[in-house]
Amino acid sequence: MTPTTLLDPTSERDPTTRERTARPASLEGKVVGLLNISKPRGDVFLDRIEELLTQRGMQVERYSKPTFTKPAPADLRHEIASKCDVVIEALAD
Amino acid sequence: MGEKRAQTHVASTRWRSALDEGQQSGVEAVPGPNSRPSLAVREAGSVVADGLVVVVKRSCPTCQLVVPVLDELARGSEPLAVYSQDDTTFVAGAIDDTDLEVSFDLDIDTVPTLLRVEAGKVSARTVGWLRPEWEELTGVRPLGATLPEWRPGCGSRTQDPEVQDARLVVAMTPRLRARRVELGKAEDEIEAMYARGWSDGLPLVPPTAERVARMLAGTTREPGDVVAVVPPDLVECTVEKVAINAVMAGCRPDYLPVVLTAVEAACTDEFNIHGVLATTWFAGPLVIVNGPIARAIGMNSGVNALGQGNRANATIGRALQLVVRNVGGGRPGEVDRATLGQPGKYTFCFAEDEAGSPWEPLHVERGLTRETSAVTLFAAEGVRGVVDQLARTPEELARSFAACLRTVAHPKNVIVWDAVLVVSPEHARVFREGGWSKARLREELGTLLQIPGAEIVRGAGGIAEGMPEGFREFTLPKFRDGGLQIVHAGGGAGLFSAIIGGWASGAVGSEPVTQEVMT
Repeated sequence: MTPTTLLDPTSERDPTTRERTARPASLEGKVVGLLNISKPRGDVFLDRIEELLTQRGMQVERYSKPTFTKPAPADLRHEIASKCDVVIEALAD
Repeated sequence: MGEKRAQTHVASTRWRSALDEGQQSGVEAVPGPNSRPSLAVREAGSVVADGLVVVVKRSCPTCQLVVPVLDELARGSEPLAVYSQDDTTFVAGAIDDTDLEVSFDLDIDTVPTLLRVEAGKVSARTVGWLRPEWEELTGVRPLGATLPEWRPGCGSRTQDPEVQDARLVVAMTPRLRARRVELGKAEDEIEAMYARGWSDGLPLVPPTAERVARMLAGTTREPGDVVAVVPPDLVECTVEKVAINAVMAGCRPDYLPVVLTAVEAACTDEFNIHGVLATTWFAGPLVIVNGPIARAIGMNSGVNALGQGNRANATIGRALQLVVRNVGGGRPGEVDRATLGQPGKYTFCFAEDEAGSPWEPLHVERGLTRETSAVTLFAAEGVRGVVDQLARTPEELARSFAACLRTVAHPKNVIVWDAVLVVSPEHARVFREGGWSKARLREELGTLLQIPGAEIVRGAGGIAEGMPEGFREFTLPKFRDGGLQIVHAGGGAGLFSAIIGGWASGAVGSEPVTQEVMT
C-alpha cells in the first residue's frame, strides 16, 4: 500500500521558546504593576494589595484591560513592561 | 450551484495558471493527461491548423454514422483534421485526442463537432449531424447522401464528471502550499490524525491533496487568500487551510463558501472568538444560515433542525471549530477554559425556515436582502426547550416565552446575557393567526421582561447571586437592546420552541455578527 500523504491542517507555526524573566528575590525598590482584567470585584482584590504594598513603601502602578474577554491591547502590555518590574494580575468574579 | 462554476473555472484560467505556477515554484506537477505545459500559452482555437476540424469519439453512434462523410471530406481539396477522444482506429487518419487537450481547447461539448478554423480562430461550428449545416460549413454538396438528414450528437468526454475531476485535481494540487505529512506504511490514517492532535474527538476525513483540491472547487477564492487572523495564536488563515479543515470535518465542496464566511465572521473583533473560546462559560460559535444557499446545499431547517443527521448542518459548524483548533491553536484545557462546555461545541449550525415563517428572516432584519445568503454567528450555550401546548393567543404564548427567557443564565441576571429564541412552526402559527409581527413579539417580550430591581439584587429571594444593590430602585430589562434574536425553525409538529442562551453581551464580550456569503 502506498503511504498516505496528508495536508497539514495546522498553522505550521514553530513557536520559539523563551526563558521566563528571573523572579526578583525581593520587591524592595521595585515598581509593582497591578492589572485588573475588568472582571467583577477584581478591584476589591487589587485595592487591598495596593494598600499592603504601599504600606511597605513600594511603588504601585494601576492598570486595567478594557474587557476581560479580550487579550490586553499591545499598547497596554508595552506600557506595563516598560514601567514595571513585576505585575500582579487580578482574575476575579 | 458549484458544478457549472467549477467546470468553467477549471477549464479556463485557473487550470492554465495552475500549470504555470506549478513550474515557476519548482513544485512538481503531478503527471496527468493535461499537464503538457505548452497548452498554457495557447489561445483557444490556435491549437489546430487552418481548415476543417472534426472531433469524434468511437462510442458515439452518430460519430460512427458520419465516418463515410469524413472519408468523403478527406478526399476533398480542403485540409481536414479528425480528432478522436477515445479510439483513433475507427476513422482513417484520425489524430489521438484521448488526453482531450484539443477538445478542451476547442471547447467541445458535443461529438461530433465540425469546425472551420481560419487564421488560427474558429470561424464556424456545428454539432451532431445535420446535413444542411455540414454542407454549408464545408461547402461540399451533396454530402453524406446515403445518411439520414439529422442525428443528434453525444456528450463530449470533456463533460464526463471524472474527467472534470481529474483535471481539477491535477490543476490544483501543485498550488497547495500546506506542509505534506507523509504517514508511515503501517500507520492507520484515522489514528494518525488523532495522534497529531487534529481531532475534536471524533474521527476525521483524511485531508489528502485530492480531497482538498476538490474542496477548493467550491469557491472562486484563491487558495492563498487570507480569510482571517484566527485567535488565539493570531495566525493568518488561508482559504487552503480552511479547505483542509473542511475536508476533515466532512464538508462537501459546495459548503465551503459558508465555512469561509463563518470563519471570517467568527474572527471579527465584534464576535470575539478569542473570548468565546477562552471563557469558562459554556459558549461556542453557533452558525445560523439564511438565504438561498441554505436550500442549495441541502441544510436542515425543519424536523430536528438543531439536532443530528444533516451533513451540511453537522459539518459546517464542525469545520469552523476545527479551524479554531488547528489553525488558531485553541484547544480545550489550553486557551479553552470552559468549566463544563456543551455538546454544541462539536458543531452548532442550522438554517432558518424562511419559507414557512410568518416573519422576515434573521438576515433581512439585520440589513441584508432576502436573496442574499448570509451567516449569523452567535456565542451560544446549549439549547433549552420551552413548552406551551395550551396557549392559543399571542399574548399567552409571549408570556410563556418571557417566563422562560427570564431564566437565561440566571433569573436574577439582566442585560449582560443575550439569547436566540427559535420559534417552531406550531408556535409561529399562533403569532401568524394573531397578526403579530416579529417586531410586535419583541416589543411585548421587552415589556414583559422589565424586572423590578428589588427582585434581582444580591440576596433577594434568599439567593446570593444577582445584580449589585445599587440597582434596587430601578426597573431593568432582561435583555439589552439588540440582545434577543428571533428565528423560525423546526418540524411541523410540536408546540415547543427553543431558547439558546448567549454569553457576555456586546462590546464587553460578543456581538452577533451577520455576514454575506460570497462564493
